[in-house]
Amino acid sequence: MTTTPEHASAVPLRVLDHNDIFRDEVYQKQFEGKREFEDAAPKEEVQRVLDWTRGWEYREKNFAREGLTVNPAKACQPLGAVLAALGFEGTMPLVHGSQGCVAYFRSHFARHFKEPVPAASTSMTEDAAVFGGINNLVEAMENITALYKPKHIAVSTTCMAEVIGEDLFAYIGAAREQEVISQDFPVSYAHTPSFVGSHITGYDVMLKGIIEMLSKSPDADASKVEKSDKVRLNVIPGFDTYVGNHREYRRILELMGVDPLILGDHSSSLDSPADGEYFLYPGGTPLTQGALAKFSRASLLLQESTLRRTAEYIQKDWKQDTILLETPIGVKGTDAFLTAVARVAEVEVPAELTLERGRLVDAITDSHAYVHGKRVALAGDPDLVIALTRFVLELGMIPVHVVSTNADATFKARMEKVLSASKFGAEATVWPEKDLWHLRSLVFTEPVDLLIGSMQLKYISREANVPLVRVGFPIFDRHHLHRFPIIGYTGGLHLLTQLVNTILDEMDRNAPDHSFDAVR
Amino acid sequence: MTTTPAPTRAETEAMIAEVLGQYPTKAAKFRTKHIKANDPEGSKECEVKSNIKSRPGVMTIRGCAYAGSKGVVWGPVKDLVTISHGPVGCGQYSWATRRNYAHGHLGVNNFTAMQITTDFQEKDIVFGGDGKLETVLDEIVELFPLAKGVSIQSECPIGLIGDDIEAVAKKSAKKHDMPIIPVRCEGFRGVSQSLGHHIANDAVRDHVLGTGGGTFEQTDYDVALIGDYNIGGDAWASRRILEEMGLRVIAQWSGDGTLNEMKSTHLSKLNLIHCYRSMNYICTTMEERFGTPWTEFNFFGPSKIVFSMRKIAEFFDDEVKAKTEAAIARYQVRFDEITKAFRPRLEGKRVMLAIGGLRPRHTIGAYEDLGMEVVGTGYEFAHKDDYTRTYSMLKEGTLLYDDPNSFELEEFAKHLKPDLMGAGVKEKYVFHKMGIPFRQMHSWDYSGPYHGVDGFAVFARDMDIAINSPAWDLLEAPWSKAGEVV
Repeated sequence: MTTTPEHASAVPLRVLDHNDIFRDEVYQKQFEGKREFEDAAPKEEVQRVLDWTRGWEYREKNFAREGLTVNPAKACQPLGAVLAALGFEGTMPLVHGSQGCVAYFRSHFARHFKEPVPAASTSMTEDAAVFGGINNLVEAMENITALYKPKHIAVSTTCMAEVIGEDLFAYIGAAREQEVISQDFPVSYAHTPSFVGSHITGYDVMLKGIIEMLSKSPDADASKVEKSDKVRLNVIPGFDTYVGNHREYRRILELMGVDPLILGDHSSSLDSPADGEYFLYPGGTPLTQGALAKFSRASLLLQESTLRRTAEYIQKDWKQDTILLETPIGVKGTDAFLTAVARVAEVEVPAELTLERGRLVDAITDSHAYVHGKRVALAGDPDLVIALTRFVLELGMIPVHVVSTNADATFKARMEKVLSASKFGAEATVWPEKDLWHLRSLVFTEPVDLLIGSMQLKYISREANVPLVRVGFPIFDRHHLHRFPIIGYTGGLHLLTQLVNTILDEMDRNAPDHSFDAVR
Repeated sequence: MTTTPAPTRAETEAMIAEVLGQYPTKAAKFRTKHIKANDPEGSKECEVKSNIKSRPGVMTIRGCAYAGSKGVVWGPVKDLVTISHGPVGCGQYSWATRRNYAHGHLGVNNFTAMQITTDFQEKDIVFGGDGKLETVLDEIVELFPLAKGVSIQSECPIGLIGDDIEAVAKKSAKKHDMPIIPVRCEGFRGVSQSLGHHIANDAVRDHVLGTGGGTFEQTDYDVALIGDYNIGGDAWASRRILEEMGLRVIAQWSGDGTLNEMKSTHLSKLNLIHCYRSMNYICTTMEERFGTPWTEFNFFGPSKIVFSMRKIAEFFDDEVKAKTEAAIARYQVRFDEITKAFRPRLEGKRVMLAIGGLRPRHTIGAYEDLGMEVVGTGYEFAHKDDYTRTYSMLKEGTLLYDDPNSFELEEFAKHLKPDLMGAGVKEKYVFHKMGIPFRQMHSWDYSGPYHGVDGFAVFARDMDIAINSPAWDLLEAPWSKAGEVV
C-alpha cells in the first residue's frame, strides 16, 4: 500500500488518498457487499436506463419538460449584487434576508477566485419574517460600521426579504435616524429577488444602484473633475469574473491615450497579494471617481444582456454617449471595441495594439489547421456565449449547440446575427433558457469535438468523453484561469492557446503509436 | 523548536475582552456569552452559550436550515432525487460542493452531485408553486425511472407564500407509488444549519424510518453507521474498520446511503453515531421506537480510533472483541509508521479551529497524536451538549468561541499566532494572505478521507503539506524587510 523511504525526505511517507485508496481490493469488496443493503437495480437495468438516457427518445422527453430544471447554468440575483459591490472601494456588500444565502455567495465566489469574499447578512429569522427586518438592518449597519469600517455599504436582498416586501429605502433612512450611520454615509441599495432573472440581473441593478447613489453624492461635482488632456471614458465590464479582463481594459485604454474609469473594478478586491497582511478592502473603483463618472465623455458597456438597466439609466440620467458593445473577445470583437474607443475619444489606435492584433492573427494562422472544422458546444451567460461564438467562428470552428440558461429576449436574435455572419455558423442551434441536462442530451445525440463553458460542464465532458475548455463562471476545479484576460488581442491569445492545446492534448491521448507526432 | 507557552485563563480572558471591546455595546453584550477561556471542569462561569441567533452584520460563518437539511442530511442519499424547491440559487451554490462521495451513475441511479430545482419565477411566488411542484414530480418520475423516491427541500419562499407541499407530496406519492418526502427546511427557520438537521431527521422519522426491511437476512452483528457523510470517502474508511471488527454495516446515513438502508435501519442492533450534532435526533427516535441502543464514537486519529473500537466491541460478544484486538494490533503498525513519519514535522504546532458539527472536538485527538495542540476551537452551530463534551478535552485557558465571525477569527489569530488554521472556504484565503497555513476542515480541502486508519494517513500528510510548504517563506519581498537595505 505504501513505501517508506528511510532517508529524511520532504515527503516522508507516500500516502494514498481518495483518488487511489479505494481502488484497493478491500474496498472493492466492501462496495460490492454494500449492494446487498441498497436494494439496488441490477447492473444490466442500470446500463439499459443509462443507454436510454443518451438517445433520441430521451432527448424528446427531456426537451418536453415544463417545470423541472436540472443542472442550470445560472445563479440568483443577490450573488451578482455582491460582485457588483466588491467592484467599489471600501464597500461592504450587505444582503438583507436569511443569512444562509450570504454564506453561499461567499463560498461560491471563494471557490472560484480563491480569494476572501467579504459580505454581510442581516440574518433575518422567523420573527423577522413576521414583523419585518428593520431592526436587523439597523443593527447590521451598526455592527458593520464598528467591526469592518467600510466607506460604503451596498444593500441587496434575498428572496425572503422580497417575498415579505421589505422596504430598503425606509430601513436605510431609519438607520440614519437612529444614528448608527451618519446622515451622509454612502449607502446604495437594490432589490434583487432571486425568483426574477439571474445573477446577471442582480449585478445590473446593484451596479445601477451604486452609480446612481454616487452620481447624486456631494462628490458628483463637475468642478472636482481633474483637468486632463486625456478623454475620460467609463468602462463597464458587467458580470465579468476575469480579473485579468479589468486590467486589460485599463491597459488598452491607457495605450490609446484615454483615461479609463472602470465602474465595478473588482480586480484588486478579488486578486490581492499574499504578503503577510490581510486587507478587507484591497481596492475597487474609487468612490470619488465613481461619483464623477457622469462627467466622462462616454460609457462603454460590454455586456448587453447583463447591463440593460444600467445602460438605460446612464443614457437617461447622465445623458451620456452610451455605447453598448458585444464583449470584445477575439479579433473582430476587439477591433470593434478599439474602433468605438478611437471614434468616441477621438484618438488613434496606437501601433502597439496593431502589433498585438497582428500577433494574435499570426497565432491563429499557426493553429488554424487544428481548430478548423471542430464541432463545439458552448454554454454560459448570454453575453459571454455570444462573444465566444464569434471568436470560434473566426477560428473556423463549427458551433453546434449554444445553450444559455439565463438568456434574455435579445439573445436569440443577437446570436443568430453572429452565426449568420459566418458560413461556419450554419449548423448551430441556439437554445435560450435550456439547462445543462438538455445540453447532455444534445451532446449525446449530436456529438461534438469540444465543449466550452464553466466547470459545471465537466460532468458531460467526462461522460461523453469530450474535452472541456473552461471559460466563464464558475470554475472551481482549475486554478488561476480568471487571473488572465480573455478580452482584447491578448485575451484572444490566451483563449486560443487553451483551445488549440486542449485539442492537441486530446489528439495525443488518442493517437495510435505511429501518429503520436513529435511536431504538431 | 520554539513554541509559545499556552496562555492562562486570565490571559485568554484579557484577550477576549480586548477583541470584544471593539464591538458596539449591544453586540458586545451578546458576544461575551459565546466566547470563553476554557475550564476543563465545565464550570458555570466558563459556560459557552450556543444555538442563539447570530448578530446581524457581523459576517457570521453560519449557513441556514436548508443547508443543514439538503446539504447535510438528505442530499447525500444517492438514490433519492433531492429537489431544491424554490428559486435557483440555493441548489446552485450547494451543487456538488460538499463532496459526499457515492457510487452510481449521475442522473441514472445516483442523484447526489446534481442541481435539481423547481427554479421559481415571479408567477410561482404570486400564484403559488404547488402546481409546478406536481409537474416537476411527474417529470422526475419520467426522466429518472431508477429514482427510489424524492425529497422536497423547501427554500425560504415556500413557507412564506403558504404553499401546501405536504398535500402535493401525498398526492404524488400515491400516484407514483413511491416515497415523496416534504421537508420544511426554509432557510429562515432557526439560527443556523442545526435546525435543518433536526427538521430533516424528523422528516426521516415521519416518512422513512421503519418502513422497509426484509430485503436481507439479519445477523447479531448488524450495525448502522450514522452521521457520516462520506466526505472524500470517510464512511468507506470507517466502514472498513467496522467490518474488520466482525460487524456488518446494514446502513450508512447518509453518505453513499440509499433509501432502502434508511428504511431498514430499525433492524440494526446498535447505532453508531459519528456526527452527533446532525443525527442524534434519529438515534433517540430509534431508541424510543425500536429500543435500538446507540453510542457515539470518534474515528479521527489513533487514540480515538482505538478507544472507540473497544467501546463499540463492548456491545458484542467475545468473537468481535477478539477480532477488534487483532485489528488494533494490525493498525498499530500502520499508526506507528504514520506518526514516525509526520510527528517530527508537526510536533508542537498550534492549531485554531472553527468548524461545524463534530470536528471542533473530534479532531483534537488526531492533532494530539501528531504532537500538535489545539489552542482555540469553536463551533458554527453547536448546542450546549456539544460544549459539555468539549471542555474536558482541552486545557485550562484554551480559547473557545461559538459562532465565531470573520472579525473575531482574524483578531484571535493575530493574538494567538497559530501555526495552522482549520475552518471553511470562506475563511481560507484570509489566512493565506496573513501567511497562516490553512486546511479546510469541512470539505477536507478536496482531499480525504480523514476518518479511520486510511484517513489518518491522509490527515497527517495534509497537515504536513499545509504547515511545511515552502510557500510560506516567500511572503516577504527581500527589499521590504524592515530596516534592511537591499
